[in-house]
Amino acid sequence: MWLYLVPTLAINVVIILIPALLTVALAFFQWDGISAPVFIGLGNFAALWSDGPFWTALQNNLIWTALFLTVPIGMGLLAASLLLVVPRRGSTLFQVVYFLPVIIATAITARVWQGMIYSPVTGVFGYLQKLGLPIVNPLSQTSTALFGVATVDLWHWWGFLCVIFFAALRQVPQEQIEAARIEGASFWQMMRYVLLPGIRPTIMLMMIMTVIWSFLVFDFVYILTQGGPAFSSEVLSTLAYRKAFYDLNVGQAAATALVISLFGLVATFFYIRIQSRESV
Amino acid sequence: MRLVESRATLTITYVVLGIGLFTALFPIVLLVLNSLKSAQEIVQNPLALPQVIRFDNFARAWKDARFSTTFWNSAMLTALTIILVCSTGSAAAFVLARKKIKAWKVVTFYLLATTTAPIQLFLFPLYFGFAKLGLINNVFAVSLVYTAIYSPFAIMLLRTYFLAVPKEIEEAAIIDGASSWQVFTRVMLPIVSPGILTVALIIGLYSWNEFLIATTFLQRQDKLTAVVSFFLLSGQYSSDWGEIMAAALIIVLPIVVLFVFLQRRFIEGMAGGSVKG
Repeated sequence: MWLYLVPTLAINVVIILIPALLTVALAFFQWDGISAPVFIGLGNFAALWSDGPFWTALQNNLIWTALFLTVPIGMGLLAASLLLVVPRRGSTLFQVVYFLPVIIATAITARVWQGMIYSPVTGVFGYLQKLGLPIVNPLSQTSTALFGVATVDLWHWWGFLCVIFFAALRQVPQEQIEAARIEGASFWQMMRYVLLPGIRPTIMLMMIMTVIWSFLVFDFVYILTQGGPAFSSEVLSTLAYRKAFYDLNVGQAAATALVISLFGLVATFFYIRIQSRESV
Repeated sequence: MRLVESRATLTITYVVLGIGLFTALFPIVLLVLNSLKSAQEIVQNPLALPQVIRFDNFARAWKDARFSTTFWNSAMLTALTIILVCSTGSAAAFVLARKKIKAWKVVTFYLLATTTAPIQLFLFPLYFGFAKLGLINNVFAVSLVYTAIYSPFAIMLLRTYFLAVPKEIEEAAIIDGASSWQVFTRVMLPIVSPGILTVALIIGLYSWNEFLIATTFLQRQDKLTAVVSFFLLSGQYSSDWGEIMAAALIIVLPIVVLFVFLQRRFIEGMAGGSVKG
């Protein structure tokens, strides 16, 4: 019976487990990817500790997490609950459209926003500027770059949550809804006391996944701003990537990766507890 | 379930949902609109309708993004990944759905843990290891990486399909003298084939759209994926945004058409693999 698992496990161990263990080891070495690694103990972590961009990146990841725990989950819940009021055919149409941004490649979404919306030359922002509105490209300002990037990811993401929440809402037992109805509950009371408690496990799971994904965010930052201007939108994953492939400081990149994983690990612990309660 | 509400509530509902609709569609409309316009028209007003419908952007985009090569690379990569994930994943899901011993719990736990591992946790040693072995710019090697990343999701989803098959069907086959391999290939696989199709669609979507791994491991011009060659085209200085949007539309259109026709499969699959609440 183990034979059935061999291909999956072999690929997984070679691609993920062994390199992951090597990353843990590399975090304690100085290595440029070519010459022999030199053991430096906690040197990489000490270097990160006194590295300004590292702290900016960590802070940005935390801001990102807070943002994504609230805004898209709120939008998703609102839209999903409103879909319950709409006839079936209508709700399917809304769902399909809301889901479209999810299936478009991140590189394309990033470029559409960059060129067609934010750009001062070819974008809607530039057009509004010409009309005299005081509006600037958020990606070019240190104070707004991170939020400019987050907006794009938000657009790409909230439809997924809406669809998931809607699927969960429809599975809330009919008797509970009937009971609330007989008691004369309004739509909002229904949400507050019946529907939201009914899909609590799904909301919890999505919040845990949000924490994990918020520390993995890479594509949009890398494509839209490369972490700039002046590291203002840098996150840990782009920082690690830059350290490994641009600065050829693989040891520090590995140490950064460990920090990312640490945050993920806590969330993963809860994720596995919830998932395995359901499926094992 | 459907809630029936007053007229006022219903109006507000449609207004809010309509705002959502507009938000989701606005950038997509800009994409389509501007793919039909000249660079000059776009600078004048990105919101305006094209003065003349023109398709020359598409021809230039196809040539400049080398889609005749890169589309083929993406298709190969996607197909290989689908085959690898579906074959290895369905075998794994088959046993994980049937056995309830402690060791299987450990395997499930391990697979769940790897779904949430950041790519950066294994990317750097993997890259330098692949470089040493000469596996950079190798489409098959990248499809193995995708398989490792996506198969836990696929296994969790397929497992629910295997679990839904009544035990009696398997038992009857065993009584008839079928080996476990025969049970798997002749009896179970045909029954769970809708699940495999769903997994193939979603893994195909992920592989087609993937950026980080593709841009890291496939760098030589004749090995780029469509998405990465789009990324490089749109990153050049003298950017013609009409052409860039045309290139974007060429990549997105097949996916969107497929999605609209098979939306239930997509949505249920993506939701089912990550949520069981």
